[in-house]
Amino acid sequence: MEESVTATHRILAVLLAGAMLLPAAASTAGDDKQLSVYAPIATYSLPVIERAGRDYVGLLEILEPLGRVSSQAIGTHWKIRYNNLEGEFVAGKPRCKVRGRECDLAAPFLLENERGYVPIAALGSLLPRFLGRGVDFHETGRRLFIGEAGIRPSFQLEAGAPPRLLLNFAAPVNPTISNEPGRLRMVFKRDPVVSPPSASTAFDNKAITQATFSEANGLAELDVTATTPLMATFSNGGKTIVVASIPAASVSAAPATAGVRPPAPRPAAPAQGNSTPVSAPSQSPAPAPRRLLAVVDPAHGGGERGAALTDSLAEKDVTLGFARLLRHELELRGFAVQLLRDSDSTLALDQRAGAANTAKAAIYICLHAASQGSGANVYTALLPHEGPAKGVFQPWNTAQAPALPVSNAVAAAIQTSLQKKQFAAHISPASLRPLNNVLMPAVAVELAPGPSGISDLTSASYQQQAAAAIADAVVSMRDQLGAQR
Amino acid sequence: MIPRHLVIGVAVMLVIVVAMGVYARRMRRQAREVEASAASALPVAPPASGPTETVTLYVADDASGTLRGRPAQIPLPSGRQQRAEELLRALLRVYQQPGAVHPLSAASDIRSIFLVNPGAAVIDLNAAFADEHRSGILSEQLTVNSLVETLAVNVPGIQRVRILVEGKTRDTLAGHADLSDWFDVATVEQAGN
Repeated sequence: MEESVTATHRILAVLLAGAMLLPAAASTAGDDKQLSVYAPIATYSLPVIERAGRDYVGLLEILEPLGRVSSQAIGTHWKIRYNNLEGEFVAGKPRCKVRGRECDLAAPFLLENERGYVPIAALGSLLPRFLGRGVDFHETGRRLFIGEAGIRPSFQLEAGAPPRLLLNFAAPVNPTISNEPGRLRMVFKRDPVVSPPSASTAFDNKAITQATFSEANGLAELDVTATTPLMATFSNGGKTIVVASIPAASVSAAPATAGVRPPAPRPAAPAQGNSTPVSAPSQSPAPAPRRLLAVVDPAHGGGERGAALTDSLAEKDVTLGFARLLRHELELRGFAVQLLRDSDSTLALDQRAGAANTAKAAIYICLHAASQGSGANVYTALLPHEGPAKGVFQPWNTAQAPALPVSNAVAAAIQTSLQKKQFAAHISPASLRPLNNVLMPAVAVELAPGPSGISDLTSASYQQQAAAAIADAVVSMRDQLGAQR
Repeated sequence: MIPRHLVIGVAVMLVIVVAMGVYARRMRRQAREVEASAASALPVAPPASGPTETVTLYVADDASGTLRGRPAQIPLPSGRQQRAEELLRALLRVYQQPGAVHPLSAASDIRSIFLVNPGAAVIDLNAAFADEHRSGILSEQLTVNSLVETLAVNVPGIQRVRILVEGKTRDTLAGHADLSDWFDVATVEQAGN
């Protein structure tokens, strides 16, 4: 009897400890350090690791989306080759050689599992040697700008009734917006927004009082402080965010309209002749076009390497870089993009299909790479032999069937767009999972070598041309994709 | 002075060691010969008996990404199942020739084909066929289409085909082409056109 009571106490203690540890684990997962990189051809985030109180980031991972890159570890020595430039590092040494010239890293170089990590404090001086151009590194915010990638906002306050604050950007932006008592928070993850001339701007207005810019952990945040509830709308093709004060009377009269309009309905393309950015919220603004979601799936990953394109180049690495470029191109054209993996992680085929179906995306694009053939091949699902659907449920293996006609139309558009950019492009059905498991229009694109041979597969410009062609085609099919949802 | 029984003992042991060495060497040579004969047995030779018939082999072309119907004269046995096996082995020999437009490993083979009523065929490939197949959507899909179409066109009545490897289901041929389900012959033929 006493033993059973003791056992019960032990179980309860374990459960209690688990319950206490769970939030801690969750908060740890949410607090992962990251570095955001903004370059003209790609925007991406990388994990930051901490060793001996210093922050480190993988050098190969930083350079990978920007050009041809390979690395080799021999004992404690680590060599990296970026395009035609070579860098040499030694584990534990705070100095390195790039293009034969000595460079100070400010802290010891780290070599773990044959991957080379450099202190992030050294990025500002190290990267220009590889890239041949300047970088702007915001170390405290862990945001790295390559070339002229930054977008600086400007403020324009319109003191009317209600007052409005116009935030103007040089390019479309897509922040996550949340409304808190007394302030409106805009968090920019993928937009290269940099600080206005003054990080904090005060306004001579009773309702909208201040705008504050801050950066942390790879994110930028713009807070607008007010004495009344605020509402944000997008205009001018996403280049202007209009923050309007909502009078207390209208809030109490129509509480459902108060708050933030989510960024999703932002217009995809700049409105033509839109000299007046947006009408006041109280004037019933015209509904903006929906922002469609594209799910981009870099095939393979983790232990599943895909095809061995060369002795040292795995398909999974090419597809990831290619996917990041495609994400960038689609976002430039006004699509919201979800990358199914943004690191070297393993995802089962069913997980990929499940994620796309759950996201209710407008289109699913799977990316592959091959060492044979040339140009690019575009595939749609070759559905397996399956009996008729039973009841309301769609058979998993033929879930693609209803969307297949639109998938074929998208594939044809991609083929035409690729051919316009001088890619040899073929189109055919393939028994390639998870194409047949996704509910929305779905295509797979297999990138093959170009005129320069296999080296094209890791060429950023070659990949970018293909990504731009795919994005152009997807944009041209926007209406049909929207109608599918 | 070494005792006599010790000298005899050492001598006997030396003789045993030499004899064992000779025996081991012979065994190793035999094992090598067996391996060599096994390797030379691939690919499987065509059947010696059976009337020669004209069939259409659907041969994959990597450069154009298409299948091309090619007439061929091959000896075929009378049994439906054996005919199907010989048919695909003849197709395989095309891919195993030097300079083939869609090369497959010399060790690739069709283990057997099961024709199941109504209208179903199961192709059982050997492990080398899949393990040594080049990885890539185009290459793998062309192989699948080539097998399915060649079988369906020359063996009437087949409506769906399943591909196994060493008698077991396998997710993909070489990382891409899905083998986990039945192929619908009509759909594959339509895709080929």
